[in-house]
Amino acid sequence: MSDVRAYPATVSPAHPIHVILAAYPIACFTGAFLTDIVYAETYEMMWANFSVWLITAGIVMGVLAAIAGIADYLVHRRDRARRSASPHTIGNMLVLLLSVVNAFVHSRDAYTSVVPTGLILSGIVALLVLVSSWLGTSLAYRPRPEGTL
Amino acid sequence: MRATSRSLLAASSLALSLALALAGCGSKPADPSTQYGANPQLPDPRQYLLPPMHVAPVAPWSGATPTAPPGLKVEALATGLSHPRSVYALPNGDVLVVESSGPPAPVYRPKDLIMGWVQSFAGAKQKAANRITLLRDTNGDGKPDVRTVFIDHLHSPFGVALVGNDLYVADTDALLRFPYVTGQTSITAAPTKLTDLPGGPIDHHWTKSLVASRDGSKLYVGVGSNSNITENGIGAEMNRAAVWEVDRATGASRLFATGIRNPTGLGWEPQSGALWAVANERDELGPNLVPDYLTSVKDGAFYGWPYSYYGQHIDPRVKPQRPDLVARAIPPDYALSSHVAPLGLAFSTGTNFPAAFQGGAFVGEHGSWDRNPLNGYKVVYIPFVGGHPAGPPQDFVTGFLDQSGHARGRPVGLAVDRSGGLLIADDLGNTVWRVSAAGK
Repeated sequence: MSDVRAYPATVSPAHPIHVILAAYPIACFTGAFLTDIVYAETYEMMWANFSVWLITAGIVMGVLAAIAGIADYLVHRRDRARRSASPHTIGNMLVLLLSVVNAFVHSRDAYTSVVPTGLILSGIVALLVLVSSWLGTSLAYRPRPEGTL
Repeated sequence: MRATSRSLLAASSLALSLALALAGCGSKPADPSTQYGANPQLPDPRQYLLPPMHVAPVAPWSGATPTAPPGLKVEALATGLSHPRSVYALPNGDVLVVESSGPPAPVYRPKDLIMGWVQSFAGAKQKAANRITLLRDTNGDGKPDVRTVFIDHLHSPFGVALVGNDLYVADTDALLRFPYVTGQTSITAAPTKLTDLPGGPIDHHWTKSLVASRDGSKLYVGVGSNSNITENGIGAEMNRAAVWEVDRATGASRLFATGIRNPTGLGWEPQSGALWAVANERDELGPNLVPDYLTSVKDGAFYGWPYSYYGQHIDPRVKPQRPDLVARAIPPDYALSSHVAPLGLAFSTGTNFPAAFQGGAFVGEHGSWDRNPLNGYKVVYIPFVGGHPAGPPQDFVTGFLDQSGHARGRPVGLAVDRSGGLLIADDLGNTVWRVSAAGK
């Protein structure tokens, strides 16, 4: 069994939808970290407002991406390579959970809506979403020999 | 892979618990009596993931009335009004009722959408007629038998003041002068604008309270802040959180006192002749911060907002800070306790009440939405001796909350009428109540 396809022969429509939707949280959460940094440097509320909209949009699109991802998983649940979804799944659940907390922090008024808690959370989430998406993307596109997982 | 997911999990749960710890856990609601008077207890500020909120569900009056102390009675002067926010007694006995609501608020954050939805449960989002209604009792039975639209098509009006034949109305964005002849039941003449006032596009605290100086030469306008605590940017706060002094002859204005977050009621203390105000302090620092207050308004004084409260207590949410301003911030005279939302002030002069309720100040407390148990929802009386408050606030008119904690009404503006009764605008019950000595 040396020639095992990790990528299924048939791709469900849920898969490209998942990939497209999953791009939003990456852009939104990394973007929110940047706008948080700019707010912390300038005290200009516009940047903090950008952050909270980005975080909110990231959560909404993340939830939609998760639904598509689950559908994708269910279609291919017999495919053994799909088991490696677990770090990706846990990572993304944490991204969403922390982002909900972060949205509440960012809903405070003025400086403490960002500094320090919001900024720290935005940094952690930005890192986490990149790592988790890396795992998810390599999972989807890199063929793996069976039995290494 | 398992190791990766474990370390991800560990790192993130650490971050989550850190976030929750920083968010601050509950702080017990203090007994309001610890926050009355000149030296209220001020706990450390707390910040929340979800600030404590408790909006009283609404119930109709259904024929019930608020309750007053023994020897006094409460009657509905007018019902079925459209969000009455303030009342004004004309010298001929006519009563003006300002039916008003704020302009639509822009949405800057997801929070604005959610807060609008929460407030709709408290009846705070009712759209009013934005007019002034006149009530007249022609046969002296204490019940108005004439009710007319006195001035229509106003823009979120609140304060009213009559000086001679000039009737001033403080719209949210302008101070207007109307010609008035005693006995008039309707004014259709176009107003003259005395001065612009800070209005939209953001108009967070929209009410403009108004009082004329005793000699009639100046008008004082209470202008609220444009945010809870600068979350709309400091640029939006230009000339706000202040009491304006407007010259009646020229319309020229200056900031009489600043740093008063939302001065919603103004009045003249009868003994000293000093200008006093009730003010709403900032939210979201916990159920016990910051106490709302009643204070004399000193010419040129700075009362702290937004940088500090009660003198030099720095608000951590305001950046950049202004140590130069904080250094000269003075504390207000008299705390009313936290989140009672005082929206009306009337001194007890010319009332037909017992001696125990003469000479002090009545304050209409609209009631809290961000603390549990509720606070306010009543009219209190603060005795004054020698021009200064003497003693804790006493419940004067209560019963706005029913036994099960439903709000039947919420008191706003107050006024003393010609025959010595206290008028109370109730913007939830859409009623004007009149308190008077029983048998008079």
